[in-house]
Amino acid sequence: MLRKIGAGDVSELFAVIPEKSRLGTDLFVPGPETELEILAYFRNLARENLNLEDYACFLGGGVYDHFIPEAVSTIPQRSEFYTSYTPYQAEVSQGMLQAIYEYQTFVCRLTGMDVSNASMYDGATALAEAAIMACDTVDRDEILVSRAVNPSYRATLATYVSGMGLRVREIPIRDGVTDVAAMAAMVSESTGAVLLQQPNFFGCIEAAKQIGETAKAKGAMFVVSADPISLGMLVPPAEYGADIVTGEGQSLGIPPAFGGPLLGIFATKMKHVWRLPGRLVGATVDTEGRRGFVLTLQTREQHIRRERATSNICTNQTLMALAAAVYVSALGRNGFRQVSNLCFQKAHYAREQLRIAGVEPLWNAPFFQEFAVRLPAPAEELNVELLRHNVLGGLPLEAYYPELKDCMLLCVTEKRTKQDIDRLVSVVKEYVQQQVRAAHI
Amino acid sequence: MFNSKYEPLIFELSAEGRSGVALPPSDVPETKAEASIPREMLRQDLPLPEVGEVDVIRHFISLSQRNFGVDTGFYPLGSCTMKYNPKINERVAGLAGLRELHPLQPADTCQGALRLMYELSEALAEIGGMDAVTLQPAAGALGELTGMLMVRAYHERAGEGSRRVVIIPDSAHGTNPATAVRCGFEALNVPSNERGTVDIKKFKELLGPHVAGVMLTNPNTLGLFETEILEICDMAHRRGALMYCDGANMNAILGQSRPGDMGFDVMHFNLHKTFSTPHGGGGPGAGAVGVKKTLQPFLPSPTIEKSDKEYRLNFNMPESIGRVHSFYGNFSVLVRALAYIRANGPAGLRAISETAVLNANYVRSRLLDDYDVPYGDRCMHEFVASAKRQKDENSVRALDIAKRIIDFGFHPPTIYFPLVVEEALMIEPVETESLQTLDAFVDAMRQIAQEAREDPEIVKTAPHNAPVTRLDEALAARRLDVKWTPGG
Amino acid sequence: MIYPDEYRYSKTHEWVSLEANLAKIGITDYAQSQLGDIVHVELPEVGTAITQDGLFGSVDSVKAVSDLISPVSGEVVEVNEDLAESPELINEDPHTAGWMIIVKIDEPSELDELMSADQYEEFVEAEA
Repeated sequence: MLRKIGAGDVSELFAVIPEKSRLGTDLFVPGPETELEILAYFRNLARENLNLEDYACFLGGGVYDHFIPEAVSTIPQRSEFYTSYTPYQAEVSQGMLQAIYEYQTFVCRLTGMDVSNASMYDGATALAEAAIMACDTVDRDEILVSRAVNPSYRATLATYVSGMGLRVREIPIRDGVTDVAAMAAMVSESTGAVLLQQPNFFGCIEAAKQIGETAKAKGAMFVVSADPISLGMLVPPAEYGADIVTGEGQSLGIPPAFGGPLLGIFATKMKHVWRLPGRLVGATVDTEGRRGFVLTLQTREQHIRRERATSNICTNQTLMALAAAVYVSALGRNGFRQVSNLCFQKAHYAREQLRIAGVEPLWNAPFFQEFAVRLPAPAEELNVELLRHNVLGGLPLEAYYPELKDCMLLCVTEKRTKQDIDRLVSVVKEYVQQQVRAAHI
Repeated sequence: MFNSKYEPLIFELSAEGRSGVALPPSDVPETKAEASIPREMLRQDLPLPEVGEVDVIRHFISLSQRNFGVDTGFYPLGSCTMKYNPKINERVAGLAGLRELHPLQPADTCQGALRLMYELSEALAEIGGMDAVTLQPAAGALGELTGMLMVRAYHERAGEGSRRVVIIPDSAHGTNPATAVRCGFEALNVPSNERGTVDIKKFKELLGPHVAGVMLTNPNTLGLFETEILEICDMAHRRGALMYCDGANMNAILGQSRPGDMGFDVMHFNLHKTFSTPHGGGGPGAGAVGVKKTLQPFLPSPTIEKSDKEYRLNFNMPESIGRVHSFYGNFSVLVRALAYIRANGPAGLRAISETAVLNANYVRSRLLDDYDVPYGDRCMHEFVASAKRQKDENSVRALDIAKRIIDFGFHPPTIYFPLVVEEALMIEPVETESLQTLDAFVDAMRQIAQEAREDPEIVKTAPHNAPVTRLDEALAARRLDVKWTPGG
Repeated sequence: MIYPDEYRYSKTHEWVSLEANLAKIGITDYAQSQLGDIVHVELPEVGTAITQDGLFGSVDSVKAVSDLISPVSGEVVEVNEDLAESPELINEDPHTAGWMIIVKIDEPSELDELMSADQYEEFVEAEA
């Protein structure tokens, strides 16, 4: 090979690198290791973690412990899919392109929107991109975001818009939901986007229609970050006027994986399609008239429009969108409804049992699969106790909402059995009684 | 090699009443949804397909057979580093103790995950010659956004918020200018010189007091090392600008040279390119960002810190640019990248760049008789050929050649990028390919050049051996069909 | 003759057809042939003020996007709504059905700087 190149040895090929910036020594990194050693190493790391297979998980807040049917796990492991690149060469990528077209259809059918992109990174960045697209569309510079939107989404939003001269104002919460009156007073002719989460971070169902109408009366775009599993039961956001629907799609057959890879859902109305960020798959025909699929409207994107692209996104979460498409296909109309309903049923049972055990719900707003409670002592302490009983407790809220001292956000998915819930309740009950006794001494 | 059988859409397989996966009935007393949720919020219709499990599986398996991956064949897609994805990486990423983890579980219950991230950060900092690394960005472009927001924060703290220009070469990836604009900067193009590297004279002229930073890919997208990199970094620093390295091409210099030692202040790594994590059909990736000490205070929150006996997430970062992801980034991708680094070790990492550069130069040398290569006498890990000769002489374009190579069982190279090369064919053979594979590819490319001269029609009508022939992209855009509709 | 005699042409390949103080603007046959299949056009809203040599929109083909540069200054009084649904009109009939905007012009003398059909044809030949 070297002879063909006309080089004496390989180092000649690196002679272009200036001497001063050449690495004189070996990198200080671990290895080399054989597969056996790697497996042992990572098994050891894995053992240092408590995993959800061994604990009943009541933790939500953005990542959810839903059941993943085996049929769903197996497809993204097909290496024709996972070792492929972005389908720029459509003729050799028909499999992935068709799967993404099906994914886009599922997103539209769940949300009621006209067009979905091929995915964003996660729920947080999808919402931030939506806010930017909305402000760009109506040429305004203020974003109103409900304080009941997931705190890490709001933090990501703040980062995303920080360079773009857009202002973010937070709408206060009242009784666990967005304060409609306060929102109405805040929205103005400079508001480009009103951002809501449905169900919100506390699991409560928002009066979305009213908020959407108020936003749109002032000419702002209405953006809803929706939990797709809830859409097996709740009306599609299009029906209450959403202009853009985003969401976290991890619930659709994707393992929690310590928070990534996730799946950013992004859908909008057809009239805004040229402002859509990210990739889009469209159907067309080949020279013989057969149906086929391609990436379309690519001139919106960074590789062509460069500094004037609708976003800088390139790599997305395609494999996760594939998983979601398989998940929705495998469950189908009945299974999807059933998952949604089971989450609703079990969460409501859990909240009622906790109430009977002496733990009051924080709010009375209608909710889906998450709810907040107030405890007599710090939530972290209860969680330590729960772990001893193989229960992963809820999310302590004080770190995100300082006013919610000793409050906990609990999530109950279809995976939790009545036995799991009863175990949670009995530990909590015992703990609460201890606290009460301690307070009396 | 492909499944050419027409595959209906999943919706077209649906029949009422079927269900794929069974779930257990509810084991708790029923709560009536209507009693709890306002009626107008409850959904009536749920228009999803009804397909049995075996048909769902056959459908998606059939689709997988209509898709080309690295495991299917050679994938010399320039700029994308389509190397073999070791299977052990998949195995470890699938361990329950690394996959069934909730990102919000208490830190003392996920010490292994935090340690893994800490160790990967340390390894990447060493590989890039950086002082600290964040793993939060989920892709290269998000890494760029993270890095350039830090550049902005740095200037603002120094009271130099008026620095609003970022210099970017005309050969750069589109994400660079798109990112600069997203960070509130104006993107200013610096042209390439006749050698294909940054025109240093023009660069000097553009380098005014309003310049916040320079985004460079090294080696650049022509596969050429920026030989004047030390001068460029030095000039930028003297004018108060920071240097950003787009690490897309790290595979060329792994273990040979470090962006930090060249003078870069901040860089991103594409773990899905250099560190063998699979591309997943377009994602997920991971775009870890490394910084020098000067930028460390601005890293996204939280960072991972190590004390005597434990790892913890540090959210207390007053100067941080904030979050760029819901949680800590694409963790499963990080697991694979660390496995890859450990598998290779110091000598192995160095051998990767040696073989990648050797392979690219070999393929380049063997194609010189048949294709123009407008820039450079040698290349790093990739090179950009041109089909200008074929276009001028036989009206065969880069697109045609790309489609024809499919018929030989290879994935096409990247085409029409970078923009500075007419009829560009960007070829990156990577280090994991055998000499036999490289030779077979070269032979196919040479045969296509011959076909272009003797039988151009066969090239212009390719592919002939794929599930579909060429697709009408104009029709797709004009009569937009982006979702299935019944009877549609 | 592909290029109508009564039109005026810019170096950036737009044409102008003047009636009283109303200038109809589109892109030339040469421009559309260079761009290939046009799939989308971004045009200003009625009432927008545009200036000579300033941007007034963009055209997208499948893999490229090009700026539209105004050959005159004035106020946009009409936009070709058909192009939103049928951008292919620009490929099929660039000099008539593929018109883009009508501008009420401020300075008729601006047209003097533009080329005649003959001059434009020479210009295109030289460029090709």
